[in-house]
Amino acid sequence: MTISEQISNYLKQFTVGIAGCGGLGSNCAIALARCGVGKLVIADFDIVTKQNLNRQYYFQDQIGRLKVHALRENIQRIDASVNVKAFDMKLCVSDIVELFAGCHVIVEAFDKAEMKQMIIETVLMQMPGKYLVTGVGMAGWGKTDIIHARRSDQLIICGDEVSEVSEQLPVLAPRVNVVANMQANEVLDILLADFKPAAF
Amino acid sequence: MKIVLNNREEVFEADQMTITGLLAAKNFTFKMLVVKVNGVLVRRHEYDLKTICDGDDVMVLHLITGG
Repeated sequence: MTISEQISNYLKQFTVGIAGCGGLGSNCAIALARCGVGKLVIADFDIVTKQNLNRQYYFQDQIGRLKVHALRENIQRIDASVNVKAFDMKLCVSDIVELFAGCHVIVEAFDKAEMKQMIIETVLMQMPGKYLVTGVGMAGWGKTDIIHARRSDQLIICGDEVSEVSEQLPVLAPRVNVVANMQANEVLDILLADFKPAAF
Repeated sequence: MKIVLNNREEVFEADQMTITGLLAAKNFTFKMLVVKVNGVLVRRHEYDLKTICDGDDVMVLHLITGG
């Protein structure tokens, strides 16, 4: 078995929670599914719109559908064995604790700053020891060199921490994808901490 | 005092200061923040009460919209 196949098999045992299925969440979920993560718990209340297609992992024929249902379909087109639990809901504090309790890592993929603050405070206070990978600052284009990851115990922050979305500074596919895939990469780093490849 | 702020050493003249004092000293004027001191979350209503001392490890995260 190749190392890549061993990693994929090893990742089957893990569950990752994804809070929000927009630019960060949809792209991060796809990357994790491609690597072989066994179960994804995804949550979002929104539907796919034409405006989402400049950065989010959806297709024209999915406009009008719930993002969680469209994303589950897209994940399972890549790998039908990935178990996707889809929750059509706007998450509040108690939902986060309940839905993601069984997850090895949670990915924060909201768009609004107050929702990001809410999930970080909830996980820090009510889910001690749980890994949370957040995305903060990815609007605009260029400035690849200021995007970074930093860690504070079980909280991992990916992004440039300065570029806020605005009318002049939209979120576009390349930069949000960089951060979404950094988040997926940080998740893998956590899940593969004890992975030992077998000799072949 | 010498503290670690966002993984970097920083020196301040004062022997101790509150979170509010630290945010003012660093000119952190953001509305949406998460602050941790020695791994423990400090809520906004505690910013005037929680004191930072020599050797503390402080994380300040400024949350911004986009995702």
